Order: sequence, then C-alpha cells, then structure tokens
Amino acid sequence: MDAVFKALADESRRDLLDHLRADNGQTLGQLCAGLPAMTRQAVSKHLGILEEANLVATVKRGREKLHYLNPVPIHEIGERWIGKFERSRLQALSDMKNALEQEKSDE
Amino acid sequence: MSKPSFVYVTYIRTTPEKVWAALTDPVTMRKYWFGAFAETDWKPGSPWTLKFDDGRVADAGEILESEPPKRLVIRWRNEWKEEIKAEGWSRCTMTIEPYQGVAQLTIRHELEGDGTKFIEAVSGGWPRILSNLKSLLETGAVAYETKA
Repeated sequence: MDAVFKALADESRRDLLDHLRADNGQTLGQLCAGLPAMTRQAVSKHLGILEEANLVATVKRGREKLHYLNPVPIHEIGERWIGKFERSRLQALSDMKNALEQEKSDE
Repeated sequence: MSKPSFVYVTYIRTTPEKVWAALTDPVTMRKYWFGAFAETDWKPGSPWTLKFDDGRVADAGEILESEPPKRLVIRWRNEWKEEIKAEGWSRCTMTIEPYQGVAQLTIRHELEGDGTKFIEAVSGGWPRILSNLKSLLETGAVAYETKA
C-alpha cells in the first residue's frame, strides 16, 4: 500500500492516470503525445512507478504495449477506511435503535 | 477484435488453484459476486450463464478457453438490458499467475463491436467483485454482501 500512496503523491503521475482515465489502453508514444510538457524518459519512468504500484496494468498487443488505469488498489484503500467508518455508523445506528426500543418497552 | 476496454489486476495472498476454484464454484461465487453465480461445466465450447441471486439470467455466452488453474476465456453478452444486449458480444479473459508467492489475477474485457454501455456496466462492477474475492480468500469474509 506504501507503493500506491508514493505513486499517487506526484502530480505528473496523477496527470498520467487522468490521461489513461480519459482514454484507456494507450501506448507510450500516445501518452507522450498527450503530455508535451514531459520528456519521453520522464513518462516512461513515471509509468514504471505506477506499474510497480499496480495502478497501471499493461497488455501486449502485437509489438505494442498498452497501458491501462487499474483502479483496484484505490478501491481497496477506500474499502479499508470508508467501509470501516460505514460499519461503525451502522453499529451506532443499531445501538441507538436497541436503546430506544429498550426505553419504550421499559415504559 | 478491438483492444481491451479495461484491464483489472489484483494480487491475492493465496494459490492459483484457490483463485481458480473461487472463480468457478457457484457456491463460492455467490459470496463475493453479490449473490450472482455461473451455470456451466467450464469446458471449452460449453454454454455459460450468469444468474442473479433470484435466478434471472444476467449474462450469457460460451466458454472459449479453459485451462485450470491459469486461464479462462468467456464469450460474454448481457441478457437483461435491451440496450446493453444490443451492443453484442464481448470477450472476458481471466488469467491467474503465481507472482512472488501470491496469485496475480487479471481480468480484461474486449468488445467485438462498438459501444460503451456494456463496458460502463461491467467496469463498475469488477473492482468491487475483485475486492470481495480478495477479502474472501485472504480473510474468509467479504466487505460487501449486497449490491447496495
């Protein structure tokens, strides 16, 4: 999970993910064309870091390597914390219901 | 065949055999697929049906390739929403590979024709299904039991 946060803590890499989100399955050349402010070496290096973090998945198609945004690790982060808060809210609601219903039956 | 519309990858702390079993056993499927389950014998050329919890047919198709515990390819079409069904067939490829002591599961879908509705429909579902599958295999429990 460290790798995911490190990979996301860089604006250029978030830009790269935005470009893939807009048009999934691009080659290195296509990504470079859409990001003229970055050198090919920089795009390639950032893609490597994103791949290492499993935020980018690649598929070989003939001689081309296509890059895809892989949202699964981000989903897992959401689930780890957001899901937990939802569970505690549900628990709080359930406790409140039990307490209120208990009060009613005590009347 | 067009290029894949999406590629999802997850790493699960288990063996490829256990991932394969979870992908192909209808009782296990129901636990992480929001109650949905497949009906097929998983042999190449056999029909494949994905059913909702209540037994309605969600999707249907055919097993194109089946190589336990490594590779499963399904010809896949939506069957319950006319406008999505109209987009026709897709191909779903699932691959399982051992990777540094864990199992790497990759899911990709390719549409045979054009369209965006099918991909929109399935691309939203897969990350949750994969999260659930990972939780189930690693901890024995799922995060979401219903399709809320």
